[in-house]
Amino acid sequence: MINILVPSQLHSYSGGLSRLEASGGSIAEALDDLDRRYPGIRFRIIDEQDRVRPHMRLFVGREAARDIRRPLADGDELLIFGALSGG
Amino acid sequence: MATRTELLIGTRKGAWVMTDNGRRGDWRLEGPEFLGQIVNHYVADPRDTKVRLIAAKTGHLGPTVFRSLDGGKTYKEASRPPAFPKSEDSATARAVGHTFWLQPGHAREPHVWWAGTSPPGLFVSEDDGATWDSIAGFNEHPMYDKWVPADSGTPDGPLLNQILIDPRDPAHMYLATSTGGVFESLDRAKTWTPLNQGVEANFMPDPYPEYGQDAHYIALAPTKPDRIWQQNHCGIYRLDRPGTRWDRIGKAMPGEVGDIGFTIVPHPRDADTAWVFPMDGTDVWPRTSPGGRPAVYRTSDNGASWTRQDRGFPTAQGWFTVKRQAFCADDAAPLGLYLGATNGEVWASADEGGSWRAIARHLPEIYSVAVTPG
Repeated sequence: MINILVPSQLHSYSGGLSRLEASGGSIAEALDDLDRRYPGIRFRIIDEQDRVRPHMRLFVGREAARDIRRPLADGDELLIFGALSGG
Repeated sequence: MATRTELLIGTRKGAWVMTDNGRRGDWRLEGPEFLGQIVNHYVADPRDTKVRLIAAKTGHLGPTVFRSLDGGKTYKEASRPPAFPKSEDSATARAVGHTFWLQPGHAREPHVWWAGTSPPGLFVSEDDGATWDSIAGFNEHPMYDKWVPADSGTPDGPLLNQILIDPRDPAHMYLATSTGGVFESLDRAKTWTPLNQGVEANFMPDPYPEYGQDAHYIALAPTKPDRIWQQNHCGIYRLDRPGTRWDRIGKAMPGEVGDIGFTIVPHPRDADTAWVFPMDGTDVWPRTSPGGRPAVYRTSDNGASWTRQDRGFPTAQGWFTVKRQAFCADDAAPLGLYLGATNGEVWASADEGGSWRAIARHLPEIYSVAVTPG
Protein backbone atom coordinates (compact mmCIF):
# COMPACT_ATOMS: atom_id res chain seq x y z
CA MET A 1 0.00 0.00 0.00
CA ILE A 2 1.00 3.63 -0.52
CA ASN A 3 0.74 5.97 2.44
CA ILE A 4 -0.66 9.32 1.40
CA LEU A 5 -0.52 12.65 3.22
CA VAL A 6 -3.61 14.67 2.34
CA PRO A 7 -3.36 18.46 2.81
CA SER A 8 -6.05 20.49 4.52
CA GLN A 9 -7.19 21.83 1.15
CA LEU A 10 -8.48 18.35 0.32
CA HIS A 11 -10.04 17.39 3.66
CA SER A 12 -13.52 18.06 2.28
CA TYR A 13 -12.91 15.01 0.09
CA SER A 14 -11.16 12.79 2.64
CA GLY A 15 -13.71 13.34 5.38
CA GLY A 16 -11.17 15.30 7.38
CA LEU A 17 -8.53 12.59 7.28
CA SER A 18 -4.96 13.67 6.66
CA ARG A 19 -3.59 10.17 6.23
CA LEU A 20 -4.96 7.70 3.68
CA GLU A 21 -3.79 4.52 2.03
CA ALA A 22 -4.06 3.69 -1.65
CA SER A 23 -2.88 0.95 -3.95
CA GLY A 24 -1.01 1.42 -7.22
CA GLY A 25 2.34 1.02 -8.90
CA SER A 26 2.66 4.68 -9.81
CA ILE A 27 1.51 8.08 -8.60
CA ALA A 28 -1.18 8.03 -11.29
CA GLU A 29 -2.48 4.67 -10.17
CA ALA A 30 -2.46 5.65 -6.51
CA LEU A 31 -4.41 8.83 -7.30
CA ASP A 32 -6.85 6.85 -9.44
CA ASP A 33 -7.44 4.51 -6.52
CA LEU A 34 -7.94 7.52 -4.23
CA ASP A 35 -10.39 9.04 -6.69
CA ARG A 36 -12.51 5.90 -6.75
CA ARG A 37 -13.07 6.23 -3.02
CA TYR A 38 -13.07 10.04 -2.84
CA PRO A 39 -14.62 11.14 -6.16
CA GLY A 40 -13.33 14.38 -7.60
CA ILE A 41 -10.12 14.56 -5.54
CA ARG A 42 -7.80 13.68 -8.44
CA PHE A 43 -8.98 16.43 -10.79
CA ARG A 44 -8.31 19.07 -8.20
CA ILE A 45 -4.67 17.95 -7.97
CA ILE A 46 -4.00 16.84 -11.57
CA ASP A 47 -5.31 18.53 -14.72
CA GLU A 48 -6.86 16.84 -17.76
CA GLN A 49 -3.42 16.59 -19.39
CA ASP A 50 -2.06 14.64 -16.40
CA ARG A 51 0.01 17.59 -15.19
CA VAL A 52 0.27 18.48 -11.52
CA ARG A 53 -1.66 21.72 -11.02
CA PRO A 54 0.53 24.83 -10.65
CA HIS A 55 0.00 25.34 -6.92
CA MET A 56 0.07 21.72 -5.87
CA ARG A 57 3.24 19.84 -4.94
CA LEU A 58 3.84 16.11 -4.81
CA PHE A 59 6.71 14.36 -3.05
CA VAL A 60 7.59 10.71 -2.83
CA GLY A 61 9.37 10.64 0.48
CA ARG A 62 11.61 13.70 0.29
CA GLU A 63 11.86 13.67 -3.49
CA ALA A 64 9.75 16.14 -5.48
CA ALA A 65 7.68 14.55 -8.23
CA ARG A 66 6.04 16.31 -11.16
CA ASP A 67 5.48 13.31 -13.42
CA ILE A 68 2.59 11.18 -12.25
CA ARG A 69 3.97 8.20 -14.20
CA ARG A 70 6.70 7.91 -11.52
CA PRO A 71 6.70 4.36 -10.14
CA LEU A 72 5.79 3.71 -6.53
CA ALA A 73 6.71 0.71 -4.42
CA ASP A 74 4.73 -0.85 -1.63
CA GLY A 75 5.29 1.21 1.51
CA ASP A 76 6.18 4.42 -0.29
CA GLU A 77 4.89 7.67 1.12
CA LEU A 78 3.19 10.10 -1.28
CA LEU A 79 2.98 13.60 0.18
CA ILE A 80 0.50 16.04 -1.34
CA PHE A 81 0.87 19.70 -0.44
CA GLY A 82 -0.91 22.90 -1.35
CA ALA A 83 1.96 25.20 -2.27
CA LEU A 84 2.06 28.98 -1.97
CA SER A 85 -0.73 30.50 -4.03
CA GLY A 86 -1.10 34.11 -3.02
CA GLY A 87 -3.60 35.96 -0.87
CA MET B 1 -44.19 43.66 -4.56
CA ALA B 2 -44.89 40.52 -2.55
CA THR B 3 -42.49 38.09 -4.15
CA ARG B 4 -39.33 37.39 -2.22
CA THR B 5 -36.16 38.34 -4.06
CA GLU B 6 -33.04 36.19 -3.77
CA LEU B 7 -29.53 37.19 -4.82
CA LEU B 8 -26.81 34.60 -5.41
CA ILE B 9 -23.41 36.14 -4.78
CA GLY B 10 -20.08 34.72 -5.92
CA THR B 11 -16.89 36.17 -4.45
CA ARG B 12 -13.19 35.61 -4.48
CA LYS B 13 -13.59 33.73 -1.20
CA GLY B 14 -16.88 31.86 -1.37
CA ALA B 15 -20.60 32.18 -2.04
CA TRP B 16 -23.34 34.03 -0.17
CA VAL B 17 -27.10 34.36 -0.55
CA MET B 18 -29.20 37.44 0.19
CA THR B 19 -32.96 37.32 0.57
CA ASP B 20 -35.41 40.14 1.16
CA ASN B 21 -38.69 40.33 3.04
CA GLY B 22 -40.81 40.64 -0.09
CA ARG B 23 -40.50 44.42 -0.28
CA ARG B 24 -36.85 44.69 -1.26
CA GLY B 25 -36.21 46.70 1.89
CA ASP B 26 -35.00 44.32 4.57
CA TRP B 27 -32.26 42.02 3.38
CA ARG B 28 -30.78 39.01 5.12
CA LEU B 29 -27.31 37.72 4.33
CA GLU B 30 -26.58 34.01 4.63
CA GLY B 31 -23.33 32.17 4.07
CA PRO B 32 -20.66 31.55 3.29
CA GLU B 33 -20.88 28.39 1.26
CA PHE B 34 -17.56 27.01 0.08
CA LEU B 35 -15.50 29.48 2.09
CA GLY B 36 -12.14 30.04 0.45
CA GLN B 37 -13.23 28.86 -2.97
CA ILE B 38 -12.95 31.37 -5.80
CA VAL B 39 -16.53 31.55 -7.07
CA ASN B 40 -16.70 33.09 -10.52
CA HIS B 41 -20.38 32.41 -11.12
CA TYR B 42 -23.35 31.26 -9.02
CA VAL B 43 -26.55 30.79 -11.00
CA ALA B 44 -30.04 29.37 -10.49
CA ASP B 45 -31.86 27.65 -13.34
CA PRO B 46 -34.88 29.65 -14.56
CA ARG B 47 -36.48 26.36 -15.71
CA ASP B 48 -36.22 24.89 -12.21
CA THR B 49 -34.89 27.23 -9.55
CA LYS B 50 -34.07 24.34 -7.23
CA VAL B 51 -31.13 23.67 -9.57
CA ARG B 52 -28.13 25.90 -8.81
CA LEU B 53 -24.61 25.69 -10.16
CA ILE B 54 -21.43 27.20 -8.75
CA ALA B 55 -18.21 27.57 -10.75
CA ALA B 56 -15.37 27.25 -8.26
CA LYS B 57 -11.68 26.70 -7.76
CA THR B 58 -9.18 27.67 -5.09
CA GLY B 59 -5.72 29.14 -5.11
CA HIS B 60 -4.36 25.61 -4.92
CA LEU B 61 -6.99 23.26 -6.25
CA GLY B 62 -8.20 22.83 -9.80
CA PRO B 63 -11.55 24.00 -11.10
CA THR B 64 -14.83 22.29 -10.52
CA VAL B 65 -18.59 22.82 -10.57
CA PHE B 66 -20.74 22.36 -7.48
CA ARG B 67 -24.41 21.64 -8.07
CA SER B 68 -27.52 21.74 -5.94
CA LEU B 69 -30.82 20.12 -6.88
CA ASP B 70 -32.67 21.26 -3.75
CA GLY B 71 -32.49 25.03 -3.88
CA GLY B 72 -29.08 25.32 -2.27
CA LYS B 73 -29.66 23.14 0.79
CA THR B 74 -27.08 20.58 -0.30
CA TYR B 75 -24.40 20.51 -2.95
CA LYS B 76 -22.58 17.77 -4.83
CA GLU B 77 -19.60 18.13 -7.10
CA ALA B 78 -19.83 17.49 -10.84
CA SER B 79 -18.55 14.01 -11.50
CA ARG B 80 -16.89 15.24 -14.70
CA PRO B 81 -16.21 19.02 -14.58
CA PRO B 82 -15.39 20.97 -17.76
CA ALA B 83 -12.07 19.73 -19.16
CA PHE B 84 -10.40 19.83 -22.55
CA PRO B 85 -9.76 16.55 -24.38
CA LYS B 86 -6.52 14.78 -23.55
CA SER B 87 -3.78 15.88 -25.95
CA GLU B 88 -0.78 14.00 -27.28
CA ASP B 89 1.42 17.06 -26.81
CA SER B 90 1.31 17.73 -23.10
CA ALA B 91 3.62 20.76 -23.38
CA THR B 92 1.08 22.80 -25.29
CA ALA B 93 -2.10 21.03 -24.23
CA ARG B 94 -4.88 23.11 -22.78
CA ALA B 95 -6.24 22.58 -19.29
CA VAL B 96 -9.19 24.45 -17.84
CA GLY B 97 -7.89 26.97 -15.33
CA HIS B 98 -11.31 28.04 -14.15
CA THR B 99 -14.90 28.01 -15.28
CA PHE B 100 -15.97 31.61 -15.65
CA TRP B 101 -19.55 31.54 -16.95
CA LEU B 102 -22.47 29.18 -16.40
CA GLN B 103 -25.42 29.48 -18.76
CA PRO B 104 -28.71 27.62 -18.32
CA GLY B 105 -29.78 26.15 -21.65
CA HIS B 106 -32.77 27.10 -23.76
CA ALA B 107 -36.22 26.81 -22.20
CA ARG B 108 -37.00 23.91 -24.55
CA GLU B 109 -33.84 22.04 -23.50
CA PRO B 110 -34.31 21.11 -19.84
CA HIS B 111 -31.22 19.95 -17.91
CA VAL B 112 -28.88 21.51 -20.52
CA TRP B 113 -26.25 23.97 -19.29
CA TRP B 114 -23.36 25.64 -21.09
CA ALA B 115 -20.06 26.76 -19.58
CA GLY B 116 -17.30 29.14 -20.66
CA THR B 117 -13.80 28.79 -19.28
CA SER B 118 -10.27 30.15 -19.13
CA PRO B 119 -8.40 29.42 -21.32
CA PRO B 120 -11.31 29.96 -23.67
CA GLY B 121 -13.38 26.82 -23.89
CA LEU B 122 -17.03 26.01 -24.53
CA PHE B 123 -18.59 23.07 -22.72
CA VAL B 124 -22.07 21.59 -22.45
CA SER B 125 -23.86 19.49 -19.87
CA GLU B 126 -27.06 17.57 -20.59
CA ASP B 127 -27.62 16.49 -16.98
CA ASP B 128 -27.90 19.62 -14.86
CA GLY B 129 -24.16 20.06 -14.62
CA ALA B 130 -23.15 16.56 -13.46
CA THR B 131 -21.00 15.81 -16.51
CA TRP B 132 -19.57 18.18 -19.10
CA ASP B 133 -18.37 17.69 -22.67
CA SER B 134 -15.99 19.79 -24.72
CA ILE B 135 -17.57 21.48 -27.76
CA ALA B 136 -15.28 20.72 -30.68
CA GLY B 137 -17.05 23.28 -32.89
CA PHE B 138 -15.31 26.01 -30.92
CA ASN B 139 -12.55 24.35 -28.88
CA GLU B 140 -11.10 22.52 -31.89
CA HIS B 141 -11.95 25.14 -34.50
CA PRO B 142 -9.12 25.59 -37.07
CA MET B 143 -9.09 29.29 -36.19
CA TYR B 144 -9.01 28.73 -32.40
CA ASP B 145 -5.39 29.86 -31.93
CA LYS B 146 -5.99 33.02 -33.95
CA TRP B 147 -9.38 33.84 -32.46
CA VAL B 148 -8.41 33.32 -28.83
CA PRO B 149 -4.60 33.30 -28.56
CA ALA B 150 -3.27 31.94 -25.31
CA ASP B 151 -0.74 34.74 -24.80
CA SER B 152 -3.30 37.50 -24.37
CA GLY B 153 -6.26 38.13 -22.20
CA THR B 154 -7.15 39.27 -18.72
CA PRO B 155 -4.93 39.12 -15.61
CA ASP B 156 -6.80 35.89 -14.79
CA GLY B 157 -6.12 34.53 -18.26
CA PRO B 158 -7.97 34.72 -21.57
CA LEU B 159 -11.68 34.11 -21.19
CA LEU B 160 -14.65 32.70 -22.96
CA ASN B 161 -16.62 34.94 -20.68
CA GLN B 162 -20.16 34.62 -21.86
CA ILE B 163 -22.68 32.47 -23.70
CA LEU B 164 -26.08 33.73 -24.84
CA ILE B 165 -28.91 31.73 -26.39
CA ASP B 166 -31.63 33.25 -28.55
CA PRO B 167 -34.90 32.64 -26.66
CA ARG B 168 -36.61 31.94 -30.01
CA ASP B 169 -34.13 29.35 -31.25
CA PRO B 170 -31.84 27.11 -29.16
CA ALA B 171 -29.49 26.68 -32.14
CA HIS B 172 -28.78 30.42 -32.32
CA MET B 173 -26.02 31.31 -29.89
CA TYR B 174 -23.53 34.08 -29.19
CA LEU B 175 -20.18 33.92 -27.38
CA ALA B 176 -18.17 36.75 -25.88
CA THR B 177 -14.43 36.35 -25.48
CA SER B 178 -11.69 38.54 -24.05
CA THR B 179 -9.33 37.98 -26.96
CA GLY B 180 -11.51 37.47 -30.04
CA GLY B 181 -14.63 39.49 -29.42
CA VAL B 182 -18.10 38.15 -30.21
CA PHE B 183 -18.92 35.02 -32.20
CA GLU B 184 -22.22 33.70 -33.51
CA SER B 185 -23.47 30.17 -34.19
CA LEU B 186 -26.63 29.27 -36.07
CA ASP B 187 -26.27 25.50 -35.63
CA ARG B 188 -26.08 24.93 -31.87
CA ALA B 189 -22.35 25.51 -31.47
CA LYS B 190 -21.16 23.38 -34.39
CA THR B 191 -19.75 26.34 -36.36
CA TRP B 192 -18.91 29.91 -35.39
CA THR B 193 -18.42 33.22 -37.16
CA PRO B 194 -16.88 36.44 -35.76
CA LEU B 195 -19.39 39.25 -35.23
CA ASN B 196 -17.29 42.32 -34.55
CA GLN B 197 -17.78 44.82 -37.37
CA GLY B 198 -17.50 48.36 -36.08
CA VAL B 199 -16.08 47.35 -32.69
CA GLU B 200 -12.77 48.99 -31.85
CA ALA B 201 -9.68 47.14 -30.66
CA ASN B 202 -7.31 50.04 -30.04
CA PHE B 203 -4.61 47.66 -28.82
CA MET B 204 -4.30 45.98 -32.26
CA PRO B 205 -2.39 47.12 -35.39
CA ASP B 206 -5.73 47.22 -37.23
CA PRO B 207 -8.04 48.95 -34.75
CA TYR B 208 -11.15 47.46 -36.38
CA PRO B 209 -10.17 43.83 -37.03
CA GLU B 210 -12.47 40.97 -37.94
CA TYR B 211 -11.68 39.45 -34.54
CA GLY B 212 -9.39 40.30 -31.65
CA GLN B 213 -11.70 42.55 -29.63
CA ASP B 214 -12.22 42.27 -25.87
CA ALA B 215 -15.96 41.83 -25.39
CA HIS B 216 -16.43 42.36 -21.67
CA TYR B 217 -20.16 41.64 -21.65
CA ILE B 218 -23.06 41.14 -24.05
CA ALA B 219 -26.78 40.98 -23.32
CA LEU B 220 -29.89 40.41 -25.43
CA ALA B 221 -32.86 42.71 -24.89
CA PRO B 222 -35.41 40.25 -23.44
CA THR B 223 -38.39 41.69 -25.32
CA LYS B 224 -36.44 42.21 -28.52
CA PRO B 225 -33.78 39.49 -28.83
CA ASP B 226 -32.52 40.89 -32.13
CA ARG B 227 -31.01 43.71 -30.07
CA ILE B 228 -27.61 43.00 -28.51
CA TRP B 229 -26.01 45.35 -26.02
CA GLN B 230 -22.24 45.16 -25.55
CA GLN B 231 -19.90 46.64 -22.97
CA ASN B 232 -16.53 46.29 -24.60
CA HIS B 233 -12.98 47.08 -23.48
CA CYS B 234 -13.24 49.87 -26.06
CA GLY B 235 -16.67 51.30 -25.41
CA ILE B 236 -20.41 50.65 -25.30
CA TYR B 237 -22.07 49.23 -28.41
CA ARG B 238 -25.47 48.14 -29.69
CA LEU B 239 -26.27 45.84 -32.61
CA ASP B 240 -29.71 45.27 -34.11
CA ARG B 241 -29.85 42.04 -36.09
CA PRO B 242 -29.91 41.04 -38.84
CA GLY B 243 -27.43 43.90 -39.08
CA THR B 244 -23.80 43.04 -38.55
CA ARG B 245 -22.22 46.42 -37.75
CA TRP B 246 -22.14 47.53 -34.13
CA ASP B 247 -22.96 51.14 -33.28
CA ARG B 248 -20.78 52.76 -30.62
CA ILE B 249 -23.54 54.25 -28.48
CA GLY B 250 -21.02 55.04 -25.74
CA LYS B 251 -19.98 58.13 -27.69
CA ALA B 252 -22.97 59.83 -26.08
CA MET B 253 -21.52 59.28 -22.58
CA PRO B 254 -20.00 62.33 -20.82
CA GLY B 255 -16.41 62.77 -21.94
CA GLU B 256 -15.04 62.99 -18.39
CA VAL B 257 -16.62 59.61 -17.57
CA GLY B 258 -16.03 57.77 -20.81
CA ASP B 259 -17.67 54.56 -21.95
CA ILE B 260 -15.38 51.91 -20.48
CA GLY B 261 -16.76 49.33 -18.08
CA PHE B 262 -17.22 45.63 -17.51
CA THR B 263 -20.94 45.08 -17.79
CA ILE B 264 -24.30 46.21 -19.16
CA VAL B 265 -27.82 45.36 -17.98
CA PRO B 266 -30.85 45.59 -20.28
CA HIS B 267 -34.32 46.37 -18.96
CA PRO B 268 -36.38 43.16 -19.04
CA ARG B 269 -39.48 44.91 -20.43
CA ASP B 270 -38.16 47.95 -22.29
CA ALA B 271 -35.86 47.15 -25.20
CA ASP B 272 -34.65 50.76 -25.43
CA THR B 273 -33.37 50.89 -21.85
CA ALA B 274 -30.11 49.63 -20.36
CA TRP B 275 -27.66 50.48 -17.57
CA VAL B 276 -23.87 50.52 -17.38
CA PHE B 277 -21.41 51.05 -14.53
CA PRO B 278 -18.51 53.04 -16.00
CA MET B 279 -14.93 52.67 -14.85
CA ASP B 280 -11.77 54.63 -15.47
CA GLY B 281 -10.12 53.33 -18.63
CA THR B 282 -7.71 56.21 -19.10
CA ASP B 283 -3.96 56.40 -18.66
CA VAL B 284 -2.81 53.19 -16.93
CA TRP B 285 -6.35 51.86 -16.68
CA PRO B 286 -7.14 52.21 -12.97
CA ARG B 287 -10.46 50.36 -13.48
CA THR B 288 -12.01 52.33 -10.64
CA SER B 289 -15.11 54.51 -10.52
CA PRO B 290 -14.18 57.60 -12.59
CA GLY B 291 -13.01 60.36 -10.24
CA GLY B 292 -13.83 58.23 -7.21
CA ARG B 293 -17.53 58.97 -7.70
CA PRO B 294 -19.44 55.73 -8.44
CA ALA B 295 -22.56 55.95 -10.60
CA VAL B 296 -24.62 53.96 -13.03
CA TYR B 297 -25.68 55.50 -16.32
CA ARG B 298 -29.03 54.75 -17.87
CA THR B 299 -30.14 55.08 -21.45
CA SER B 300 -33.84 55.01 -22.34
CA ASP B 301 -33.41 55.80 -26.01
CA ASN B 302 -31.19 53.03 -27.42
CA GLY B 303 -28.01 54.75 -26.33
CA ALA B 304 -28.67 58.12 -27.97
CA SER B 305 -28.32 59.71 -24.52
CA TRP B 306 -27.31 58.64 -21.02
CA THR B 307 -28.48 59.84 -17.59
CA ARG B 308 -26.29 59.68 -14.49
CA GLN B 309 -27.84 57.89 -11.49
CA ASP B 310 -25.72 58.25 -8.37
CA ARG B 311 -28.07 59.03 -5.48
CA GLY B 312 -26.88 57.04 -2.47
CA PHE B 313 -23.44 56.21 -3.80
CA PRO B 314 -20.37 57.89 -2.24
CA THR B 315 -19.96 61.41 -3.60
CA ALA B 316 -16.17 61.28 -3.19
CA GLN B 317 -13.41 58.77 -2.49
CA GLY B 318 -15.42 55.82 -3.74
CA TRP B 319 -13.06 53.75 -5.82
CA PHE B 320 -14.78 50.42 -6.37
CA THR B 321 -15.82 48.98 -9.66
CA VAL B 322 -18.20 46.25 -10.79
CA LYS B 323 -17.08 43.15 -12.65
CA ARG B 324 -18.71 41.34 -15.56
CA GLN B 325 -21.24 39.10 -13.81
CA ALA B 326 -21.87 41.41 -10.85
CA PHE B 327 -24.63 43.71 -12.14
CA CYS B 328 -28.17 42.44 -12.67
CA ALA B 329 -31.88 43.23 -12.53
CA ASP B 330 -34.94 41.49 -11.13
CA ASP B 331 -38.20 41.55 -13.08
CA ALA B 332 -40.33 43.55 -10.63
CA ALA B 333 -42.10 46.84 -11.31
CA PRO B 334 -40.46 49.18 -10.66
CA LEU B 335 -37.36 47.31 -11.62
CA GLY B 336 -34.81 46.37 -8.97
CA LEU B 337 -31.12 46.64 -9.82
CA TYR B 338 -28.27 44.99 -7.92
CA LEU B 339 -24.54 45.31 -8.17
CA GLY B 340 -21.67 43.68 -6.35
CA ALA B 341 -18.53 45.74 -5.99
CA THR B 342 -14.87 44.93 -5.90
CA ASN B 343 -14.77 46.26 -2.31
CA GLY B 344 -17.22 43.60 -1.11
CA GLU B 345 -20.33 45.76 -0.98
CA VAL B 346 -23.68 44.84 -2.49
CA TRP B 347 -25.71 47.83 -3.66
CA ALA B 348 -29.41 47.75 -4.52
CA SER B 349 -31.88 50.08 -6.14
CA ALA B 350 -35.63 49.44 -5.91
CA ASP B 351 -36.52 52.29 -8.25
CA GLU B 352 -34.79 51.52 -11.53
CA GLY B 353 -31.52 53.13 -10.51
CA GLY B 354 -33.01 56.34 -9.09
CA SER B 355 -31.48 55.72 -5.66
CA TRP B 356 -29.04 53.22 -4.24
CA ARG B 357 -28.13 51.80 -0.86
CA ALA B 358 -25.59 49.28 0.35
CA ILE B 359 -27.37 46.12 1.52
CA ALA B 360 -24.19 44.23 2.43
CA ARG B 361 -20.68 45.29 3.31
CA HIS B 362 -17.38 43.62 4.11
CA LEU B 363 -17.76 40.64 1.81
CA PRO B 364 -14.72 39.54 -0.20
CA GLU B 365 -14.26 40.97 -3.69
CA ILE B 366 -17.48 40.24 -5.54
CA TYR B 367 -17.33 38.43 -8.87
CA SER B 368 -21.00 37.70 -9.56
CA VAL B 369 -24.48 38.69 -8.46
CA ALA B 370 -27.48 36.90 -9.95
CA VAL B 371 -31.17 37.18 -9.16
CA THR B 372 -32.91 33.85 -8.73
CA PRO B 373 -35.61 33.90 -11.41
CA GLY B 374 -39.12 34.39 -10.08
